[in-house]
Amino acid sequence: MLTVYGVELRSRLLLGTARYPSPAVLSAAVRASGAQVVTVALRRESGAERAGQSFWALIRDLGVRVLPNTAGCHTAREAVTTALMAREVFGTPWIKLEVIGEDDTLQPDVFGLVEAAATLVAQGFEVFPYTTEDLVVAERLLAAGCRVLMPWGAPIGSGRGLNNPHGLAALRAHFPEVPMIIDAGLGVPSHAARVMEMGFDAVLLNTAVAQAGDPVRMAAAFAQAVEAGQAARAAGPIEPRDLATPSTPLPGTAFRG
Amino acid sequence: MKTTRVLVNGAWRETGAADLGAALCDFGYGDSIVSTAVNGEFVAATARTRTPVTEGDRIEVLAPMQGG
Repeated sequence: MLTVYGVELRSRLLLGTARYPSPAVLSAAVRASGAQVVTVALRRESGAERAGQSFWALIRDLGVRVLPNTAGCHTAREAVTTALMAREVFGTPWIKLEVIGEDDTLQPDVFGLVEAAATLVAQGFEVFPYTTEDLVVAERLLAAGCRVLMPWGAPIGSGRGLNNPHGLAALRAHFPEVPMIIDAGLGVPSHAARVMEMGFDAVLLNTAVAQAGDPVRMAAAFAQAVEAGQAARAAGPIEPRDLATPSTPLPGTAFRG
Repeated sequence: MKTTRVLVNGAWRETGAADLGAALCDFGYGDSIVSTAVNGEFVAATARTRTPVTEGDRIEVLAPMQGG
């Protein structure tokens, strides 16, 4: 079980709800993934169209917990206001805190992130900060009151996997007790399995599933990969070696001596 | 009737409503599940009817949407 802010989660796969070909495919993908948490957002609502109302009804029907985000916010102030609005609409203290600092990579503005995290924690939020693998930033986020970290694998939507596996491994090793969810940049299930084998606690996906040729099948594949990676980590992988070690016992080998 | 010109989700609108709650009804939101901010500050649903609408206000009306 993964425990975040006192909530036990059986599934270690969190799923985004954007960019699916249709609402029906979104629903089917969430079910196929086994995810118990999905990310959602707030956007401007037209009084004439009210598109958000039907989306919210669909999510509620899935019976999953929601993790609202502050996507699109470029300052701490915008992120805090968006979080306050999200808490009212979604009825949860959880917030996936994003403060974007750079448009090409959607890299977090870690200064604004720490500032917003401190403000939100003081107002009773349970913050899931979208951050980098930077140890100092992680330390500041934890000091601000975050109890979960969400380091990126690679830029959002890139499908690259892990851009800096050594930095992420160092982050994992430095804070062994902090739940960490790799968020963003994963492309294929093997990336997710690797993340779990490295000892991370969960993964958050969106584009890799939503934009797959068959999102429902891909959601199921990711679920299997996360489970396999978690099981492998728990089973204790062997240490890599540079030279061969015979797996078949040498004593009794024919033609020797 | 006195009307007030406000910026709603980036578009200029006119309303005769005196407070934010009435203005939302005027703009067609009715009983929609939305959250609001005025001039960058969150306005809770419970505070809308005591939040005056003034000329040039920037009103954001947000609703649940797909997100990653």
